[in-house]
Formats: sequence, structure tokens, C-alpha cells
Amino acid sequence: MIITTQKPLEEILNYLRPYRKIFIIGCGTCATECQTGGEKQVQEMKEKLEKEGFEVVGTGMIESPCDERLTRKFIRAQRKNGRALDDAEAVLVLACGAGVQVVAELLDKPVFPGLNTHFIGKVERIGRFYERCRACGECVLGETGGICPVTQCAKGLLNGPCGGMADGKCEVGGWTRPCAWVLIYERLKAMGRLDLFKKFRPPRDYSRKAGPGEVVWR
Amino acid sequence: MGGVFSTLMRKIKNGEFVITGEIEPEKTTNIGEILEAAAKLKGYVVAVNITDNPQGFAYMSGLLPSFLIQEVVGLEVIYQVTCRDRNRLAIFSDLLAAGSVGIRNILALTGDHVVLGDVPQGKPVFDLDAAQLVWMIRRMVDEGVDPAGNPIDNPPKFHVGVAANPNANPLEPEILKLERKVSVGAEFVQTQVVYDIEVAKRFLDDVSYLKVPIIIGICPLKSVKMAKWLDEKCPGISIPKDLMEELIRAKERGGKQAIWEVNIEYFGDFIRELRRTTRAAGVHVMAVGMEELIPPIIERAGLVKEAIDWRTYIVNKISKVILPQK
Ligand code: SF4
Ligand code: SF4
Repeated sequence: MIITTQKPLEEILNYLRPYRKIFIIGCGTCATECQTGGEKQVQEMKEKLEKEGFEVVGTGMIESPCDERLTRKFIRAQRKNGRALDDAEAVLVLACGAGVQVVAELLDKPVFPGLNTHFIGKVERIGRFYERCRACGECVLGETGGICPVTQCAKGLLNGPCGGMADGKCEVGGWTRPCAWVLIYERLKAMGRLDLFKKFRPPRDYSRKAGPGEVVWR
Repeated sequence: MGGVFSTLMRKIKNGEFVITGEIEPEKTTNIGEILEAAAKLKGYVVAVNITDNPQGFAYMSGLLPSFLIQEVVGLEVIYQVTCRDRNRLAIFSDLLAAGSVGIRNILALTGDHVVLGDVPQGKPVFDLDAAQLVWMIRRMVDEGVDPAGNPIDNPPKFHVGVAANPNANPLEPEILKLERKVSVGAEFVQTQVVYDIEVAKRFLDDVSYLKVPIIIGICPLKSVKMAKWLDEKCPGISIPKDLMEELIRAKERGGKQAIWEVNIEYFGDFIRELRRTTRAAGVHVMAVGMEELIPPIIERAGLVKEAIDWRTYIVNKISKVILPQK
């Protein structure tokens, strides 16, 4: 899940101030799950903007705005059914940064984000989200008992724990959160795989991460 | 691996019990004070660690002080390198410079996180970790290549050490991590401070299978306040009750002088016992700002010092080499 939170209304109003007619797009996947860009939040945003004197000419949900095919389909359908999207002077997207960018690439008008995008994480319950993956491109979970050191170790170490660990806790945050490498150790020990813990992992090759990521296999 | 490039390593290999000290360049350009602190240790320690932004504080880089301490003071250094502030290119460059001026001992550390320091807004680097730094240094020395495998003209000669924490809880991952560092070529270990000699003894037993020289870290206690702070606020460090009580009694009895006497007795005996009854390779004395304590502690421990009149020595040397400060 891509974890998002809504931007402060004041920031959104600042973006939209030069325009009057606004179209709001929500996301039917992650932002719905996070309750930041679902149907309900789109409706609430509409009311807030109207209260501030904007004219909300239309709203709509895209199942996954980050999927270019679905966003194209949505735009086509909007244009078939009316003029709202074309009438809008600006579009506010309640989706993650990827979703906002796909909409912006496909529309020839100002597109603004309504959310802040935080991380790829787990949803414990609404209001409790925890980062779990930095999308490093070379997943080591198979060697670390299913616990990600890149994300959960404050230094992203591949050969932990560091000297900052005390009583199983991490120096970052004042020894309140568990040290990821102690968690990894406990898990691997329980699995009878301390051989994996002792393994040396050489430095990462960051040249593979130079420039924006692309996965192209067809 | 092969060859002995430093006095520290030669003494360790000869089975001599070594004493190392610590110098902390701070937020200053007063290099003269740093050299003077180092000079106070000359004759009492085999080598002195030069810290690298300890606790993430933004201080003077350790490279130049390391060079000058060797050249001007004539005291061998252990140049500490952390992975917090530099990526592998920057560390590699500094290591070439260090190697070019005869620095021979490196202590490879991960480093405390930036947020623990006094410029917490900075971006933490951690391109490498301590084990990967050891790996990189060994390749520089043994294979003569940079981290990507490109050849170095006249590769440097280093001995590389690492840190370990005998107080770690849980201890097993700490020991396995040390095993990992030794497996990639760490040649000596300097530990975090230990106050309880039983903790040191247990650790030495636990890691004896690694067959790597272990130098036990100690840190004198300037005051009751410092002892209490370490005991209560520093996770993983505890001050033995007897020592704490003695310090409190000393404070009531005779203030600073009495507290120093407690330190001299406690750590002198601590070192003597370590030396007589364990396989510790030596002791690392972290007495930043308490350099005067080192000679009496070492004398009490029964270790001979190489007699030297450091004050005359340093004044002569500094006035010749270093521009006047202030
Ligand atoms: S190692 Fe961690 S950051 Fe990398 S892909 Fe796996 S979970 Fe994600
Ligand atoms: S204490 Fe553990 S989680 Fe925190 S930085 Fe060190 S190894 Fe990583």
C-alpha cells in the first residue's frame, strides 16, 4: 500500500487560488484504503472548496490513477458524458504522487496534488501506517527473515546491528523502537538460519538506481 | 594479508599488552590544543585514536590532526573512519591521503546517526557500513584496488580494526556481527567502555574463538555526576555499585582530587587484572579532557612507560612546525 495523508487545506487553497472552476479526482485503491482520496474524501473536499468560493464543476473516481490505461479511460468517458473536465480550470487529484503525475501527463491543464505521499507500508488499521519497503530493487528479505533492513534499520544497514543498539532498541528515536537487526536475528534464530545472519553483504551497486527507475521487459 | 605496518600491530603480534588513547578534535581550529592533548599521552600509549565526528557532532575532520600527531608529536594514530558523513568515494579518497602520509591504523566504524548529533538536519549517508568499510579497506591493501576494482598506484598499507560492545543486550547478534567483520578481514577490536571487569572477561571468553586481538575500552569518571549520567542515561552502560559508592564517598571526603584517586585505583587495578588473568590484547583509555589521569593509572597497573618529557618536546616541536594559534 502507498501511504498518503491529506495536505493541509491552506496549502491546497494556495495552489487553487488563481482558478475558480475545479475538478476533483479520487483514487479507488491506496488512497481509498488510507481514507485520504476515496469517494467520501472527494465529496468532503468538494464541500470544503465550495465553502471557500470555488465552483467544483465535477468529481470522479479512477480505480488506480497511477495506471495510465485506467486514467485514459476515465478521461475519455468524462468527455463522452459532458464538458465538466474540459470546463475545469484546474484539477485536484487525491492520489499518491504517481497518480497525480499520470493525470498531469494526460491533461493539458494545471493539475495539483491534494495528498502527501509517505511510503510503501503496512496498514495496521486506519490511522496506523508503518513503512515497510523502500523499493530498493534488490530485495534481501529472503536473507533477513522477512524483515527489511533497508527500511526498518534507521541506517539502512545490510550488516547490522550497529553499536547504537541497546537492550534490543535503536539509538534513533531514543531507544524506543526495536532495532531491526535484533528482530532479524531473533527471526533467523527461530528459523534455525543464523548462517544467513552471519553472511557478509557487500556494498550495494547504486549505479543501477541512477536516474528514474524503469522496468521494461516487453 | 601479510606484513606488519604499524607499531600497534607489531606490539600486539609480539604479545605485548597495549594501551591506546583517544583524542577528539572538536568544533575548533585550535590544532595546537589537539596536539598538546596528544603529547600528554606520548610515552604512555602505543597509539591514539582520532575520532571522526563522535556522536554525530560536526567537528574538525580527523585526517589532518592524525597526520600532525604522527609527524609533530611523534605518536602513532588510529584514524577513525565512520560511514555517516561520506560515501565510498569520499572515504576512499581520504584513505588514500591517509596512506600517503604514513597513517597505518584505521578503525572502521558505522557511526552514530546524524540525528544524535548537533546538526541533526543533515542527510545521513551510510553508503557503506562498518563491515563493508573493512571489506573496502582490505581490498585497497591486499588487492590494491578501489571499491569498483580499479587499480591504485602504490596502494596504501593499513591495519584495520573494528568496534564491538561487550555490554550489548542481546549479546549474541553482537558477537555474530563481530565474526562477520573478522571474516572480511578486521585485524583488531577496540571495545566500547566496560566498567565491570566480569563483563569484559565474559566477552573475551565468548569471542576467543575468533582469534582476533581485543582491546578493552575504559573511560575514567570525572565526577559523580558523569558516573550517574552514564549509569542512568546511557543505555547499555552501567556503573558497578561499589564503584559508584566509592565515588560518592570520595566526593564528600575530598572533592576532585579524591575522585581522581578512586579512578587511579579502580582502573589501575582493572588493567592489572585484565593483563594478568585474561587474553585481552590491551586497553583503550578514553580519557578525553582527563589526559593527566593516564600516567598514574598506567603506573598503578604496573606497566612501564617510556619516560619522556613531553612538555619540552612538544613546545620545541610545535613552535617549529605549527603557526602560532590565536
Ligand atoms: S529489501 Fe526492503 S526495500 Fe528492498 S525491496 Fe525488499 S522490502 Fe523493499
Ligand atoms: S540500532 Fe539497529 S535499527 Fe538502529 S540503526 Fe543500529 S542497526 Fe539499525
